[in-house]
Amino acid sequence: MAKYILKRFIYMIVTVFIIATLTFFLMNLLPGSPFNEERTTNEAVQRNLEAHYHLDEPLVVQYVLYLKSIVTLDFGPSIKQPTETVNSLLGRGFPISAELGIWTILIALISGVALGVFAALKHNGVIDYIAMTIAVLGISIPNFVLATLLIQQLAVNLGVLPAATWSSPQHMVLPIVALATGPMAIIARLTRSSMLETLTQDYIKMARAKGLSPAKIIVKHALKNALMPVVTILGTLLAGVLTGTFVIEKIFAIPGMGKYFVEGINQRDYPVIMGTTVFYSAFLVLMLFLVDIAYGILDPRIKLHKEGGK
Amino acid sequence: MEKILDIRDLHVSFKTFGGEVQAVRGVNLELYRGETLAIVGESGCGKSVTANSIMRLIPTPPGEIKDGSILFKGQDMTQLSDKEVRKIRGVDISMIFQDPMTALNPTLTVGDQLTEGLRQHRSISRKEADKQAMEMLTLVGIPNPVERMKQYPHEFSGGMRQRIVIAMALICDPELLIADEPTTALDVTIQAQILQLFQKIQKQTGVSIILITHDLGVVAKIADRIAVMYAGKVIETGTRKEIFYTPQHPYTRGLLHSVPRLDQKGEKLIPIDGTPPDLFSPPEGCPFAARCPMAMEVCTKVYPFHSKLSRTHDVDCWLQDERAKKYMASTY
Repeated sequence: MAKYILKRFIYMIVTVFIIATLTFFLMNLLPGSPFNEERTTNEAVQRNLEAHYHLDEPLVVQYVLYLKSIVTLDFGPSIKQPTETVNSLLGRGFPISAELGIWTILIALISGVALGVFAALKHNGVIDYIAMTIAVLGISIPNFVLATLLIQQLAVNLGVLPAATWSSPQHMVLPIVALATGPMAIIARLTRSSMLETLTQDYIKMARAKGLSPAKIIVKHALKNALMPVVTILGTLLAGVLTGTFVIEKIFAIPGMGKYFVEGINQRDYPVIMGTTVFYSAFLVLMLFLVDIAYGILDPRIKLHKEGGK
Repeated sequence: MEKILDIRDLHVSFKTFGGEVQAVRGVNLELYRGETLAIVGESGCGKSVTANSIMRLIPTPPGEIKDGSILFKGQDMTQLSDKEVRKIRGVDISMIFQDPMTALNPTLTVGDQLTEGLRQHRSISRKEADKQAMEMLTLVGIPNPVERMKQYPHEFSGGMRQRIVIAMALICDPELLIADEPTTALDVTIQAQILQLFQKIQKQTGVSIILITHDLGVVAKIADRIAVMYAGKVIETGTRKEIFYTPQHPYTRGLLHSVPRLDQKGEKLIPIDGTPPDLFSPPEGCPFAARCPMAMEVCTKVYPFHSKLSRTHDVDCWLQDERAKKYMASTY
């Protein structure tokens, strides 16, 4: 197990390195620079600024400097907000984004699995049709459309929930609902089909033949097997939620990491782009690793530590 | 001898998009304490459906027990509530399934699956349940039970898994064990071992066994009595001797002819031509009439009456009619 974790850790570092490199060169391909603005700056001032941030150096030198900043975990000050360092922006934004993301995933998982299980148990019944209609709608409607709809109906027209910002539990409802609906729908559909298949298995019949109660059969024997495909796509869903937070944070004016990320790109604030990207990718890679571990715990047939195995 | 199970006029149907399949059409069977009854017949003849009906394991819908009674120790299984049935399942009646590779849950340890029935039905401690489970593993011939309890099904071979399934079925000391093709998915050598295990267990516990199979070799080895099923009906029952040496129904004879034998050199196997009837609309008369080499006109019109040839030998065939017998005697 320790060997497997070490191996995976090396892979993770390589992955983050590749993402960081790609981001760096893509970012430099973008036209414009932090100091390209409508009002013209004095040429000498401009040069001084570029020299200060090493933007006048050759690209390779910039790249090495940037790699150094990753290794030392110090991304330096933001160009556009000189009073802030990238680290302080991350430190402020991450807890908020994490709160949004964790609630989203939790709610999507719990409601999605519950919806899927009930749909499977009432297969071809009214509950099944209602659940699957909700699921199809959830998959089809993009989160930014849902977000604006929710704001318009619940916040503006009915006025029951606040429209934006992130300060109290009421403020959290709309963004979380908007972000969680899509993943919930995917999980519900997957759980349903996987549950239906599991329920026809011989070991379920065997469990019934043992005289176990229906609740025990479903929870102990069926659900654990039925959740396997759900765990498999959890990694992809996490990535989806993560990118979803960019949009949702922007719509709801939530001061999370996504906001800094998007603003950073718009303003060509290089250190902010790099810092947030590296942070996001490291976080996602770590989550994927945890998903794999969970997979091994759920299904004993998957041996994580096996030499050369998956 | 005490009659432990008495199935009377059992009808089971399945609703499908194509219509209603009458899988079991008036089955009568009885089982005495401590005996082994084999139900034989080809695929789709209703033997598994009959067995599943005893434990009320027919998936409803689409399946439904339409008519008849299943008296287990005088209690009609068809009339019990789901809760009452659950108290009988696994305790008084147990079941073993065909494929040991799929009958065990891959995500739970063998020990957990062995003891869960015990802990459900008997209020005993985990420790006590583990102890009994280990004893049971030893009984079915699995070495190192202490370690084996902590392992998962994929760490066992097919034969070992079937032993575990058997141990699971026996753990609450049932009075009736239903084995649905327990050896079909196993190697021949393992088959023999498993059959021996059945015999050993029956001797030790006195459990009654219903063995469902299409393998007459298995039947010849361990069955006390045999019921031959065809198209949802029991067409002939008798002791092992009666069925193997004096089969009366042409279908039973056909089955026996289609089994390779070591003591008759050079004889060709004689298959039964044709296919079983469609159970969406079963024929009016004897279902075997269309394939029967001895079929008479009456066979296609009216289902034959029930003839009792001895205390144990019963057959449903028009050839038992006095007039048919007289005619046969005069022509052959």
